[in-house]
Amino acid sequence: MTIAAAFFYLFAVLTVAAGLMVIAARNPVHAVLFLIFAFFNAAGLFVLLGAEFLAMILVVVYVGAVAVLFLFVVMMLDVDFAELRAGFIKNAPLGALIGLILLAELVLVVGFRIIEPGALAAASTPIPTAGSGITNTEAIGRVLYTKYAFYFEAAGLILLVAMVGAIVLTLRHKEGVKRQSIAAQVARRPATAVEVVKVGSGEAIIPASDGRS
Amino acid sequence: METIGLGHYLTVAAILFTLGIFGIFLNRKNVIVILMSIELMLLAVNINLVAFSAFMGDLVGQVFALFVLTVAAGESAIGLAIIVVYFRNRGSIAVEDISMMKG
Repeated sequence: MTIAAAFFYLFAVLTVAAGLMVIAARNPVHAVLFLIFAFFNAAGLFVLLGAEFLAMILVVVYVGAVAVLFLFVVMMLDVDFAELRAGFIKNAPLGALIGLILLAELVLVVGFRIIEPGALAAASTPIPTAGSGITNTEAIGRVLYTKYAFYFEAAGLILLVAMVGAIVLTLRHKEGVKRQSIAAQVARRPATAVEVVKVGSGEAIIPASDGRS
Repeated sequence: METIGLGHYLTVAAILFTLGIFGIFLNRKNVIVILMSIELMLLAVNINLVAFSAFMGDLVGQVFALFVLTVAAGESAIGLAIIVVYFRNRGSIAVEDISMMKG
């Protein structure tokens, strides 16, 4: 067995095991951590396939952003997760049945697939060979910023919409919270800020509760 | 031991996709775990895309996997934001409580 095959089996088994633990873990925090583990092993599979850039993107975007977001939400929400697991066993047989049918179908597709002989020659953007000196990242950049530039900008637009949507959904203004109002501070004039009071001899001025005399 | 071919990667992706489906059935009440199962399914799709890209010698699969990653990140951000807002309003994230729009 070659080294690459050994590493493939290592990453594949760990990815599948981590995926199983994601759906079976009792504690949702553990589920998120297993999700991170699955992403790391999938990144290993991507490296084995020669897609180094996507592997790094998977680690940076998924582990660094998405999984940490999941972790935040799981820890922020004060939910009784034990109660949510009621019916775990009841739903298992139906899920297992549908899962097994789906898996059988997918394995049949994988086992009996036929690739059209001309498809290999018809690659629209061939992967540069190892000897050409072009890295995977550079090759993706060359095709992404030229041929798929509009799709790239559409992806950016989707991210912008997602960001605005998430902020609009979760932003809220609490009543009764004292905040600094810069506009009100800048708009202050001496007439509203200072009051000149003439105090006669033997008199006192007791300020009102709001600070004005 | 034969060399690792396209079928090996497709099998791993198929198992991972099935686990995602199974997870949705298993944790029908917990929206957060359902979102995580969807992430698993998207990961399986990405493995498929990259495996085909590598074995067919075509770079487009990797570019498309990049877009799938982008959409998945946006989807999970919006989904988690909805969960947070829902929890703030109702104090629960159980799926069967989300029936306000029932006709």
